Amino acid sequence: MKLSDLQKIAEHELDFQRAYKYRINVCCSSGCVPFGAFKVLKAFEEAVKELGVEKECKVARTGCVGTCSAGPAVVIEPGDYLYQSVTPDKVRQIVRDHIVLGLPVKDMLYGNEAFFKKQHRLVLRNAGKIDPTRIQDYIAMGGYSGIVKCLATMTPQGVIYEISSSGLRGRGGAGFPTGMKWGLVARSHNSPKYLVANLDEGDPGVFANRTLAEADPHAILEGMLIAAYAVGAEKGYIYIRAEYPLAIQTLQKAMAQAKAMSLLSDSVLETPFKFDVELRLGAGAFVAGEETAILASVEGRRAMPRPRPPYPANSGLWGKPTLIQNVETLANIPIIVMNGGSWFAKTGTPKCTGTKCFSLTGNINDPGLIEVPMGTTLREVVFDIGGGVPKNKKFKAVLVGGPSGGCLPETLLELPIDYDSLTKVGAIMGSGGIVVIDDNSCMVDTAKFFTDFCVEESCGKCTPCRAGLARIKEVFDGITRGDGKLEDLTILEKASGYIRDASLCGLGQTAPNPVITTMRYFKDEYLKHIVDKTCPAGKCFKKHKEVK
Amino acid sequence: MSKDDNRRLMLEKTLKEHKHQESALLEILNKAQEIYGYLDKDLLMDVAGSLNIPPSHVFGVATFYSLFKMRKPGEHIITGCLGTACYVKEVEDIMQAVEREYQVKRGGSTADGKLSLFMTRCIGACAMAPNIVVDDEVIGKATKEIVLERIKQVLGGIKIEAV
Repeated sequence: MKLSDLQKIAEHELDFQRAYKYRINVCCSSGCVPFGAFKVLKAFEEAVKELGVEKECKVARTGCVGTCSAGPAVVIEPGDYLYQSVTPDKVRQIVRDHIVLGLPVKDMLYGNEAFFKKQHRLVLRNAGKIDPTRIQDYIAMGGYSGIVKCLATMTPQGVIYEISSSGLRGRGGAGFPTGMKWGLVARSHNSPKYLVANLDEGDPGVFANRTLAEADPHAILEGMLIAAYAVGAEKGYIYIRAEYPLAIQTLQKAMAQAKAMSLLSDSVLETPFKFDVELRLGAGAFVAGEETAILASVEGRRAMPRPRPPYPANSGLWGKPTLIQNVETLANIPIIVMNGGSWFAKTGTPKCTGTKCFSLTGNINDPGLIEVPMGTTLREVVFDIGGGVPKNKKFKAVLVGGPSGGCLPETLLELPIDYDSLTKVGAIMGSGGIVVIDDNSCMVDTAKFFTDFCVEESCGKCTPCRAGLARIKEVFDGITRGDGKLEDLTILEKASGYIRDASLCGLGQTAPNPVITTMRYFKDEYLKHIVDKTCPAGKCFKKHKEVK
Repeated sequence: MSKDDNRRLMLEKTLKEHKHQESALLEILNKAQEIYGYLDKDLLMDVAGSLNIPPSHVFGVATFYSLFKMRKPGEHIITGCLGTACYVKEVEDIMQAVEREYQVKRGGSTADGKLSLFMTRCIGACAMAPNIVVDDEVIGKATKEIVLERIKQVLGGIKIEAV
């Protein structure tokens, strides 16, 4: 296949789409499927036939729109009318009023306009718009023209230069400059070279990567192709959690389509560049997202990290140079190649360019999947996009960065979201989880919950993480049981510091974050538990009695 | 017996697909669990033999990852989501209610083997938290009442319609 063939496919597909006056996009992502999305899809297909509008109205299965609390979500184009909580029995009315009569059903529409207004969708550019099971849909949106451009007009060094100038940093959480990482792998002399796409989204409460894979799998594959071309890798692995069956299916289908079009082959688009991708399933280990642990897991071993150096860029899979990137990073690549690094760098802040996807959940009115420019404030995310906490509840804290993130209080809501600002206040970007906590929750119990998680998920290889976290857990058990002593606070503080400084990998180094931040910002709650033996939110002592 | 043979054939097919590569151990164990429901000792020995790697390595990997079940689960499986969003939305209350009602502890099964109760870290339907999975059905925005009622129905043999 050549560039001209790709253009032909795109034109053909666009002609096909233009023949329809309306397009009904039914979100069939993991958030909507359990609530009957496929039934709704079928109901729409039947209703347009029944009402005789199937010639002017295309019903499409798409990925996530983002408003996951209002599922199943349905978008009718033109005009992007978003219908929420659609059930099969509402479908006929929607088709009759909206399509046949041209009158949108107002009381079924999604209410929060700010949810979309403050977002900027680069990574999720196609999410909810294209059918992820059709490669033509992706090509029609300009897909795969990035790899064509690379192969036809750019040298690998040129691609790396473009990525470097975009300022893109790794979206897996650590924020390492992507262009620099590519340069390291490209300059490494050993071969073969490998590429690992990290889709091991182990953080509880985070679903951005899964949603991306379900909504726009080809964007990940194209990003992998470009990355492989730039660094000289011939083989790629996508490491994905086995808990994501729909994302796995979608990716498998996309890979088969890409193979059929010789986009993944021994001679990609009839050039000497060869690249192939294989899926690797995880099996429920949070630590497997760590970059050396993921390598062990791809090799079929226990996902245990190892000390660095040597860095994976020099010695990764089977001792060969390996580029590891999060799938969100990879999905950014095609648009950077197409529009140029300086175009990309215009979004976000000077030090943190581009956007970031966040899974916005917890006690909030409009949870869902969002994408905002770097530098957006937490207040905008929680109160404008997320619509704030439900009535008669009071905002208490926001947890940024997953189970090893930080709990930030209201006074820090003006904080711009970027890697450096978050680190400064004790949180992390992590994989992009934002959980809103209201006054129903106890901060001590919350810190204990995350510690329990990290104790369970610690691989046990290094002592600070294995024994240190267990010690913290003991102290928390005591405090929430009513046996807390004031010196416990010193133990928590010291142990947290040791674990952070002495652990081998990112899991241990960040695991104490919830403890450190809750002690820093919500110390009064600790004191109430320890001195007064009361839990202001009524969680701790009560819970224990019940269990006994 | 014939059913068992079929299962073995399916496993054999997976092994072949992965060219008996040691590096595909996780895929093979995932598939084996899908076929057999859980991974018992004989099955792990079988996999070790087929891949020509030490059984200790296979046992090590199987016990490391939390998704692999080493014991036979009950007829019906209730899984509580322990994701952060579900935690904040008090999934714990629902889990305790199920534990009390059916005298079952999480990670275990009822004495009659009808019901197993598990926790999973996150199913990713966080916007609909709290989530409880009853067999293959996800119950979003779950409450004690809804979940207990659904379990009662499932145990009473009412089939769940697939979505």
